[in-house]
Amino acid sequence: MTTEVLRVIGDGAGVPDNDVPEGLSNKDLVAIYRWLVLLRTFDERAVALQRQGRIGTYALYWGEEGTQAGPLYACDDRDWLFPSYRQNAIGVLRGVAPSTVLAWWRGYGGLHGFWNPREHRTAPICVPIATHLPHAVGLAWAAKIKRDPVASIAWFGDGATSEGDFHEAMNFASVFKVATVFFCVNNQWAISTPFSKQTATETIAEKSAAYAMPGVRVDGFDPLACYAATYQALERARNGGGPTLIEAFCYRLGAHGTADDPKLYRDESEVQRWKALEPVNRMAAFLLRRGVLDDEELQSIGAAAKKEIAEAVTEMEGIEQPGREILFDHVYASGRPWSFDEGLAELQGTDRPPAVKPLAPQPGPSTGDAEAPAET
Amino acid sequence: MVEALNLGLRQVMAKDDRVVVLGQDIAQTGGVFRVTAGLLDEFGHDRVIDTPLAEAGIVGSAIGMSLYGMLPVAEIQFDAFVYPGFEQIVVHAARYAWRTRGECPASIVVRIPYGGGVRAPELHSDCPEALFTHVPGLKVVSPSTPEDARDMLVAAILDPDPVIFMEPKRIYRSVRAHVPDEPPFSLADDDGIYNTVLAHTRTARAGGDLAVFTYGATVPLCMDAAAALSADEGVEARVVDLRSLYPLDAGAITAAASECRRALVVHEAPRMAGIGAEVSSLIHERAMADLEAPVGRVTGFDVPSPQFANEDDYLPSVDRILAGARAVLSW
Repeated sequence: MTTEVLRVIGDGAGVPDNDVPEGLSNKDLVAIYRWLVLLRTFDERAVALQRQGRIGTYALYWGEEGTQAGPLYACDDRDWLFPSYRQNAIGVLRGVAPSTVLAWWRGYGGLHGFWNPREHRTAPICVPIATHLPHAVGLAWAAKIKRDPVASIAWFGDGATSEGDFHEAMNFASVFKVATVFFCVNNQWAISTPFSKQTATETIAEKSAAYAMPGVRVDGFDPLACYAATYQALERARNGGGPTLIEAFCYRLGAHGTADDPKLYRDESEVQRWKALEPVNRMAAFLLRRGVLDDEELQSIGAAAKKEIAEAVTEMEGIEQPGREILFDHVYASGRPWSFDEGLAELQGTDRPPAVKPLAPQPGPSTGDAEAPAET
Repeated sequence: MVEALNLGLRQVMAKDDRVVVLGQDIAQTGGVFRVTAGLLDEFGHDRVIDTPLAEAGIVGSAIGMSLYGMLPVAEIQFDAFVYPGFEQIVVHAARYAWRTRGECPASIVVRIPYGGGVRAPELHSDCPEALFTHVPGLKVVSPSTPEDARDMLVAAILDPDPVIFMEPKRIYRSVRAHVPDEPPFSLADDDGIYNTVLAHTRTARAGGDLAVFTYGATVPLCMDAAAALSADEGVEARVVDLRSLYPLDAGAITAAASECRRALVVHEAPRMAGIGAEVSSLIHERAMADLEAPVGRVTGFDVPSPQFANEDDYLPSVDRILAGARAVLSW
């Protein structure tokens, strides 16, 4: 079993750059970089908003932007995305309003915090672990039955590979040769559980052997390696070759979420060692080395992302707390059961409790580099 | 009933190519109860799918198929085998409409042969319906006649919401009855007629002295008990087949209890927090003033469904139903 880790971007010193994946122009490289920066900006701002008591608990992904922007750039627009909460903002790259995602973390539902998956080919944020993997398989399976060249890609963490749904989804996908890419972000930590206690295998990729599907290991801090592996897996899937398991090997640089304190269970010096490899600065340095962008252009991309997310924050904060009636909305597509009308009538006969605020502003434990600057 | 279910699947699959059926041993062998017999020959491997032995995979894949616009019908081989698929049903199937602004309900049907009386080993005789009625976002139904079985299954498939379709396996083959050629609605129906078919009670026997509410395999037992009451004591019991366990047909249930002034609920599932508790509570809340007696219950006991040497001690019998009825009548 190969444990080789595919990599494109070097470190500008001893580790050389490899060839840019075939088919990617400079324009594409810039587009991927824009996505990385937008995701990073969203994430940092969301952490700041949580610290200020403006949204609730937030699951950050600082450092994992390349595992999202890279694979997504390899997807066709018709392909479906199945994110876990760690990819909570990936829908933004598919046209979901960033204010909608922020509103979800603000505790809003209904029309404010949810989106129509069919409009963006992006499934809802999956909170339980690995349970979205069978959905990704079922969707690609349906497309196959209809002879549509549509694939699905599901993101999950190393912890998810311990769940039964991971096994069932991998098995179904391989038996029925469906076009699903299983993209495992192995950041080596499931809250406080290290990779070594999650599985006895040396890698995640080698688990693919049990399902007779290819397993690929890539540098999860290298957006272009993530792109290349996903592109190949999708090509193979669309040609009837079935699913692929990709392991994006990286490290969880931040906390699991804003309520988590990694100092309780891991050595922060280890974090610093990995941080040098994080994807946003690494991609920027790569683009500078190749003369694709200059400093000024990098800054302008950063400024544009800040502006977009700042506008989203304003938009999110302009949303009033939804009315009590939305408790009963959209539970059934076929109409409201009689008990809903009784429930609403019962509610309306009482005074409404004061508007719910997220938790009070909290300094909170360290979130590594995800400590975003205070709101200006 | 098996043939009626098969007919319903055949009819709706012929009319609508979005409908696929999947489950363990359903294609090549036609299912352990033969409900899907012959479908493979008629509709092919793409739409009649033998899956690996994995209930979460079956239900989860069905949800994904639904997201792509299919109407999957998943078969769970036996009642207690649904538990590995329970998480997919509760956290995803039941919530997908809510989580997607109502745009992408999990339009799936999960067919579950349920209940005892077939002399099967452990975990082939459970009545898990109340586990599902407690989950917002699901519909839970159970037919007791061949005609209802066909009509309700077709309606459940057309219904955009996830439907847990509980099939009383003890009466799968106990009654032979004519089923009209077509359901009482168009198979191309999209104006919500499924709500009518799925959400209403059926009066199985007329009567004005006692309302007996039941569903599934205990319906015929209640009919026998009602006949005995009539013959022996001149008491005319009305037998109401609930059909829909969620939502309950509150209006019809209340009206029947009010008119008869005495009511009994009968089911095979354990008593604690079962359908009987909800029906009884509903009647007490809405028709207390009309009642001559508290609502009675004859149910399974709050114990594991037993090994089959003892299952006749566990299952409500005509004698137990009669005893329960007499207690309510003499109160």
